[in-house]
Amino acid sequence: MPKQSPVPDDLDRPFYDAANEDRLVLQYCAADDRWQYPPRPACAQCGSADDLSWRQAQGRGTIYSYAVVYDTPIASLRSDQPFNCAVIELDQCRDIKFMSHLPGTPAGQVSIGAPVQVVFLRTPATGQKVPEWQIAQS
Amino acid sequence: MSAPAIHRSAAGMYRTTDGLGRWPYRGQVAAVGIGHSPTMRRWDGEAQTSIGAWCILAIRKAIADAGVSPAEVDGLVFDPETSTGSYWPADQPVPADFRAAFVPASDPLDGLAQLSPEWLLKNMPELTNVKFVMLASHCMSMAVAATVEAVGRGLTNVCVAVKGWHNFAGRYYQSGPNALPTVSGPGKHTPQSWAGPTCYGTAMQFERYLHKYGGSHDMMAPFVVNSRANGLLFPEGYFAQHRDTPITAEDYLTTRWIAKPANLLDNDMPIHAAAAYVFTTADRARDLKQPPVYVLGHAGGGTVQGDSYGPIPPRSCVETLEEAQANAASTARHVYEAAGVSASDIQFENCYDGFSLFHVFWIEGFGFAGVKEGECLDFFQTDISINGPNPVSPSGGNIGSGRTRFWGWTDTIQQLQGRAGARQLKIDAHCGLVGAFMPIWSNFAVLSKDPG
Repeated sequence: MPKQSPVPDDLDRPFYDAANEDRLVLQYCAADDRWQYPPRPACAQCGSADDLSWRQAQGRGTIYSYAVVYDTPIASLRSDQPFNCAVIELDQCRDIKFMSHLPGTPAGQVSIGAPVQVVFLRTPATGQKVPEWQIAQS
Repeated sequence: MSAPAIHRSAAGMYRTTDGLGRWPYRGQVAAVGIGHSPTMRRWDGEAQTSIGAWCILAIRKAIADAGVSPAEVDGLVFDPETSTGSYWPADQPVPADFRAAFVPASDPLDGLAQLSPEWLLKNMPELTNVKFVMLASHCMSMAVAATVEAVGRGLTNVCVAVKGWHNFAGRYYQSGPNALPTVSGPGKHTPQSWAGPTCYGTAMQFERYLHKYGGSHDMMAPFVVNSRANGLLFPEGYFAQHRDTPITAEDYLTTRWIAKPANLLDNDMPIHAAAAYVFTTADRARDLKQPPVYVLGHAGGGTVQGDSYGPIPPRSCVETLEEAQANAASTARHVYEAAGVSASDIQFENCYDGFSLFHVFWIEGFGFAGVKEGECLDFFQTDISINGPNPVSPSGGNIGSGRTRFWGWTDTIQQLQGRAGARQLKIDAHCGLVGAFMPIWSNFAVLSKDPG
């Protein structure tokens, strides 16, 4: 579905550059053995940026929860109302969550706990790709 | 009058960590006066109903209600932001009649779309003795917590906490960044750009709650119906003044969705209103006009960093249900520790309900009426009215009285003073819990008829 195109900044450009190459990369703090998303200037646990690097993550997760949006103030999303807006829990690190519109899943027909896999979809305004999540085929 | 000391941050006043022990000023600070402006759905453009004018009105009423002289007031705590979400358009001049009605401050929007110490004091010449001014943020609960702490510490003796909310014409959130085809800033990773409605986060948490514990959205109906019923008995509130009709469970179950499982009636309605409270020392309170209501303790949940008091950051892109529950529970721990009471001492609660659905998390977090995690929807099917043994939100809260985040304070004080009128609880309540706003960021207090 159409959505706003994210404009990368210095902090999250590696995340969006990788998305354009169909890769999911996340910040990882080696000192704390800790994944981090959304991107931050330093590790939120130890406060240091010294051991923070970008690492490729596995693109599998499960649906943590969702709501069905009927009345959004965001112009780019209005044409597809009602739409699913889910929170995805990354299998590799369950603390890491992503937002998703669950492409391919009809509004409201969402199963919490269902397995999903990442896909990278182009946004209309700039062509920037973003990670999206679809029900995994068994 | 010499210029007052202006403290531009209240961050140092808040108690947000474990192990702080009992509040050192337990029972030594009391609420003694309440003042309200009328309410409006949106500002009507008249100078004397501007949010500045209504804050002045609320302060004057609170001072009169307390029975102190204006010259006795030596402290003022308020939130300079007054927006419910709407802002004065940059290209729209300040109305001439507003400019003519008030002594201007350096910022022409003061009194119209925000407050400042300069504007308030210039336009309240009767406050001749204010020595302490502190700026809080976000809501009355933040202002009250700072106020009672300041009185306890002896920084002020008679202090007024004030909160105003302006609501201008038009739908907001529809323009600006939300109208653009691109998104910048941290919101590109969060529900802010993926969903849109501000109730999304709570709706998503509530869906997870239903998945974990069972139950249904329909089970919220008794809470929402009860809130409106209580609001209609609250003469200061919006619905009692302007829409004097109850809602039924059927109304609730058939209203339109905003972000399912949050419907329109789960969302509070923005209004234009102001309130003020007078707090003083227990000693000074003894011979004032109203029975004193004592503060047993205050505490909250948030992140204090230097002069900043901000929310507890989520681990990832959105606060999860489990984080909301943990934040509510730790806030409750801080509050009970500060007040030296336990859940069984609390006889009624006025926890915030800006989205009705997270009232569940507060009730369970505080263990009100013995309700444990996952039990609140069943509890809502019992008698939660003002006539029952466990009154829930007797003020009506934001859901029943309009978006202000301050009704709970008025109601809790009035209940304990015995002047809640038609809302007066049938139980002989001595101790109430009140505060706002969300589990990520709050301040609460335990108020009591007795000092300890």
